[in-house]
Amino acid sequence: MIPELGHVALILALVVAVVQASFPLAGSLAGNGASTGTGNRPWMTMARPLAYGQFTFLIIAFACLVQAFLTSDFSVLYVGQHSNTLLPDIYKVSAVWGGHEGSLLLWVLFMAAWGAAVAAFSKNLPLAVVARVISVQGMIAIGFLLFMLFTSNPFERHFPAPAEGRDLNPLLQDFGLAIHPPMLYMGYVGFSVAFAFAIAALIGGRLDAAWARWSRPWTTVAWVFLTIGIALGSWWAYYELGWGGWWFWDPVENASLMPWLVGTALIHSLAVTEKRGAFKSWTVLLAIFAFSLSLLGTFLVRSGVLTSVHAFATDPERGLFILIFLCIVTGGSLALYAWRAPEVSEGGRFDLVSRESALLGNNLLFLAFTVLVLFGTLAPLIYEAFDWGKISVGFPWFNKMFLALAPFLAILLGIGPAARWKHDEPGRLIKTLWIAFALSALVLAISSLPMFSGGHFWVPIGVALGAWLLFSHASIVRDRLKNKRGFDGWIADLRGNGRSFYGMVTAHMGVALFIVGVTMVSNFQVEEDVRLSPGDSHELAGYRFEFLGAEKAPGPNYMADRGHFKVYDGDKQITELYPEKRSYLGGGMPMTEAAIDAGLFRDIYISLGEPVGDGDWALRLYYKPYVRWIWLGAILMALGGTLAVSDPRYRTARSRAAAAVGGATARA
Amino acid sequence: MRPSLSKPSLWAINIDEKRTYEIGMPALIKSFLLSILLLTSVAVDAFTLEELTFDSPEQQTEFRELISELRCLVCQNESLAGSKAELAQDLRNEVYKMMRAGQSQDEILDFLIARYGDFVLYDPPLKPSTYILWFGPFVLIGIGAVFMVRALLRKQSAPDAELSDDDRLRLKDMLADRDGKTDQSS
Amino acid sequence: MGAASTASSTPASHRVLVALVPLALFIALVALLAFGLGNDPRKVPSPLVGKPVPVFSLPELTDPGRSVSDTDLKGTISLVNVWASWCGSCRAEHQALMALSEIPDFQVVGLNWKDDAENATQVLRLTGNPYDMNGYDPDNSVGIHWGVYGAPETFVVDRKGIIRYKHIGPIDRTVWEETLQPLVAELQAEG
Repeated sequence: MIPELGHVALILALVVAVVQASFPLAGSLAGNGASTGTGNRPWMTMARPLAYGQFTFLIIAFACLVQAFLTSDFSVLYVGQHSNTLLPDIYKVSAVWGGHEGSLLLWVLFMAAWGAAVAAFSKNLPLAVVARVISVQGMIAIGFLLFMLFTSNPFERHFPAPAEGRDLNPLLQDFGLAIHPPMLYMGYVGFSVAFAFAIAALIGGRLDAAWARWSRPWTTVAWVFLTIGIALGSWWAYYELGWGGWWFWDPVENASLMPWLVGTALIHSLAVTEKRGAFKSWTVLLAIFAFSLSLLGTFLVRSGVLTSVHAFATDPERGLFILIFLCIVTGGSLALYAWRAPEVSEGGRFDLVSRESALLGNNLLFLAFTVLVLFGTLAPLIYEAFDWGKISVGFPWFNKMFLALAPFLAILLGIGPAARWKHDEPGRLIKTLWIAFALSALVLAISSLPMFSGGHFWVPIGVALGAWLLFSHASIVRDRLKNKRGFDGWIADLRGNGRSFYGMVTAHMGVALFIVGVTMVSNFQVEEDVRLSPGDSHELAGYRFEFLGAEKAPGPNYMADRGHFKVYDGDKQITELYPEKRSYLGGGMPMTEAAIDAGLFRDIYISLGEPVGDGDWALRLYYKPYVRWIWLGAILMALGGTLAVSDPRYRTARSRAAAAVGGATARA
Repeated sequence: MRPSLSKPSLWAINIDEKRTYEIGMPALIKSFLLSILLLTSVAVDAFTLEELTFDSPEQQTEFRELISELRCLVCQNESLAGSKAELAQDLRNEVYKMMRAGQSQDEILDFLIARYGDFVLYDPPLKPSTYILWFGPFVLIGIGAVFMVRALLRKQSAPDAELSDDDRLRLKDMLADRDGKTDQSS
Repeated sequence: MGAASTASSTPASHRVLVALVPLALFIALVALLAFGLGNDPRKVPSPLVGKPVPVFSLPELTDPGRSVSDTDLKGTISLVNVWASWCGSCRAEHQALMALSEIPDFQVVGLNWKDDAENATQVLRLTGNPYDMNGYDPDNSVGIHWGVYGAPETFVVDRKGIIRYKHIGPIDRTVWEETLQPLVAELQAEG
């Protein structure tokens, strides 16, 4: 009965979504509401309860699916395909989103959660805006719910029920991957809020600073989730896949990176729109792109159009559905944009040397990165469509292309935040930044010495760029503190409106860490394949790996061979490592479970290969310097975003902005 | 010489290779189970190198780099280095044999391209047919940059004198309130 | 102020045009994705089409004393079919191949790929043998030169020993009637 209850809850959620998509919006437009904001109040007030209702029904549906997994109800086809009685409970729960149908349910659940959050935290927004935003979200929910109910129902029964489920993919039986999809989806779906705000503004014909201020914190939160989600995915790939890589430029990875890149451009462009009222139509366009790229990612991953390492079970029928949905959502909003944008003023004059220019440069570069990823991902398809031959585009291409542009971004990133809004004097900028410039030039010179760079071309450049970001931001912070009185002044600043500034600095320091981490690990990592007998030692990157042998080690739903290693630095033992090779009872191929000794400056990484007779094992040993900095950088970026959102400005200002709009409405 | 140590994966590989041509079949076959098998084939790296001997560590590195830039044709976006598929093993061994026989990288690549096409290369060479791949994005970005610079110059040269009195008032209003809240679109 | 200045420096029609650019790009993208839906990304065209068959020599599967080589592919139109006993789709096309083996002035040559001789002969014994001859290639030593990457694959070779076409996947009625038969007829007409 429970699965049927879940199914009914999904249908009810669809009904709610239909009402949600129509009445509040119609209410906001009634009686020439678009320009006056009066409209049909009762219809508009329906928006909030509907958003809560939508969320409630989806929680019920989701809870029903979780229950089916926890009780191992294999008569539910989806449960039978993705779970198993032996599976530990925590992975039974994460198995809910381990496949196509359940992950879609998670997606719509999160979308409803964002809708409910907008309803709850928008007390100061004009009712017409809330009504429109929630209606737009309802429209998107309709699409996804129809998609689920018609092509991918997670509650579909299957009789007779199999006695045992097929088991969750062993790769997904891991904590990192259990929480990676929820984070990623929170990010993807979070951009639907920015999207809904943009569409609401286009419908209402009012694109202004107030709009930017409302949608900015939502966008930043979504971006924070997406940042964490992508970083988790990368970290998981690193420790779970056993080849020590952290990014392969697979279409699935690219699908998550594109919304992030545009989202990053968007949060910067929103800053300009909020502060200076400029770039309005451009910002709206980015909001549409960010969410559209999330949808495009869904299409790429679930349609089978591109070959990818970890795609979902693909199906052209599902692909067609998503494509049509994408056409409606993105095509519709771009048409709306084409209709409304020409009327939008591009206020806020600024000079060539100004914060606005720098942020425009940021937008150009991030958009350029997005174009690169999109083009590289789709290039094989483009070549086939025009019959130019069949090609592969892989990591060498992406790496070269990104390296061609990344240094410009890093240089600009050190200058932009130092520039003043509207107009700045080149002389003043130079005065602020010359020390930082001189110091990083010094770093460049020193790290160019062969003893530091090891003859690698990119090492001094990467390190110097990281140093440049560090020093320039130090100068920028010092500049700001000049006007604050001492430590107390700084604390007050941090408590008050300075948070978004410090958030920005934190996030940019994340970029610095990331750049240095990537540079170091790509140039200085060492890996070697070896065959070792118990008692043998092998030297790698100055460390001695002693292999003590391997033994059988049973797990809850697998049998493992577990190797035992001691790692020495000189004579000092620094760690013992136990890499495993697991055979899951649910079947499938053996899995390597790498053993890692993580450190701030280096990881030591062992993956166990195959037994090669006489107790010997084939192994792969890695030395990965600074690899942690990659994810530390991402964590700092996410922290920075969180700090910026906590800026009290967004709470007090929201009411002020609302008042301003109210006043403007009265004038109109 | 097919290294014996990769044998345990044989079963999954057969499924993999069979699946290659079952694209057009109903969704049933393409159940997630199969993609699980494909997934796991990334997970376990092929440890074939162990049985291969090289003249120098440089040669081993060269070999590793070469096979990591070659695509395994039957797999879902995996390199020869990362795949356990049997075909990948065959091709790895072929590359190894050619390398040991003293053939250059280019000769090895030409050998594979002649048989499997450009598709095997993860790093497509620069030639007329790949100009679009290598330069296309930069042309697009260049066009975008031109538009942006034009917008920038327009912003800068927008003469204040053109402002109406009403605009001037609003501008004053806006500058007084740096948050720009009162900026209303017209 | 921006409203007045930008509006006056760029004519309205121009602004509308610019605003339409994203939509136009998106439509192009959708066209591409729609093409992708009908396209199988895993089929790789062969660069060998239009080239002479690779030089090779393999033992015959059922008669190891005999050999099958590239010279056997000259003088007659041949269908070179890559198959294996472990390959399910190969069994699906078996009946079609049986029918083809009846055609005059035409031979079906098997390339038994990465297979076990015993299993393969048993399959032929049980389901009939459509092949005029069968090269036995258990370790993919010849398959590599033909650019084989899976089974079944089928090559059409003309009388001069030039590869004219490669079909990937099983041959069924549609494939035969719409693609292979016209090609074979054309080759026969070439003389």
